[in-house]
Amino acid sequence: MDDKTRRDRVSRFIHTLNQARELGLSVTDAGEGHLTLCLPYSDRIIGNPDTGVIHGGAITTLMDTASGSVILCALEEFELCPTLDLRVDYMRPAEPGKPVYARAEAYRITRNIIFTRCEAYQDGGDTVANCVATFMRIGRDASPKPYRDLITGGAE
Amino acid sequence: MTDPEILRYTRETGDFSRMLESIPYATFIGLACERFGDDLIFRLPSKETNLGNPILPAIHGGVIGGFMEMAANIYLMMSQDSLRMPRIVDFSLDYLRAGLNRETFAECRLTRQGNRVANVMVMAWQKSRQEPIAMARAHFLLED
Repeated sequence: MDDKTRRDRVSRFIHTLNQARELGLSVTDAGEGHLTLCLPYSDRIIGNPDTGVIHGGAITTLMDTASGSVILCALEEFELCPTLDLRVDYMRPAEPGKPVYARAEAYRITRNIIFTRCEAYQDGGDTVANCVATFMRIGRDASPKPYRDLITGGAE
Repeated sequence: MTDPEILRYTRETGDFSRMLESIPYATFIGLACERFGDDLIFRLPSKETNLGNPILPAIHGGVIGGFMEMAANIYLMMSQDSLRMPRIVDFSLDYLRAGLNRETFAECRLTRQGNRVANVMVMAWQKSRQEPIAMARAHFLLED
C-alpha cells in the first residue's frame, strides 16, 4: 500500500465519523504506521471563554481519531478497532486562533491489541498534549463488507 | 473557565444553564447538568453530530472523553469554596462498552484533594449505572 492509498483510506474513514466532520478534521500526512490529522480552530469548541482556548475534549477527540485511524496506515486490510483505553497528558493550553495537529504512530501490533502514541502540537512545534492508547482487534469481518469497500475504495 | 458571577449564581441556584451557555464546547456536544441535593448528574443527550462509528452507530470515543472531562472540571469547580479554576493535568479513560446513540449520564467523585492537586473519578453509563460504558480518572491543578 502506498502513502496516497493510506491517505485516501483515512480521509474516507474520518469522513464517515460525524463528530470528526463536525470538527473539520483533515489528513495532512500519512505513511506506513504513522499519520497526522489537523483540527482547525473554531469558536464553537472553546472551553474557556475568557481566553478563547479550545476545550481539552476537542483535543481528546482529535487524538482518539488520529490514534484510531493510524491503524489504517499500519494494516494492509481495513479493520475497525474499538478503543480500549486512552491516556492524555496536557502539556500546555492550545494557542487560540491556530490549528492543532496530531501525529499518531502505531508502535506495536499484536494479534489482539494495537498500541499507539500520539502528540498534539501547533505551528512552531510546541507540544499541547501527549496521548497513549490501546485498541482491540475484533477482526476484519466485524465490519460489514459495504463499509470496508467504502473505506478501501473497493480494493482489498 | 467561567465568570465569578455566573459561578456564584450556579452555586446558589443549582441552575447550570447560564454556566453551560457561557462555555461553547458544552453547547457543541450538548452537555447538561442537574443538581440533586449535593449530587451532580451530568447528561449528554443523544445527538447525531456526536457519533463516531457509523455502523453501530456509537458516540465518538473522543466525545465521551470530552463529556467526562468537562463533567470532572465542573464538578471540581462546584466542590471548591474559592473561585479558583482547576486546570487539567492528565486524563485517563477506560472504555468498557460501546456508547450507543442514546442519552449518556455521568457522575464524579473527588477521590483526593491536596493543596495543589485534586484527583477526580468519573463514571459514565447509559441504560443502567450497573453497566458503565466508561470510567475515567483526572488530575487537576488548583491555582488561584
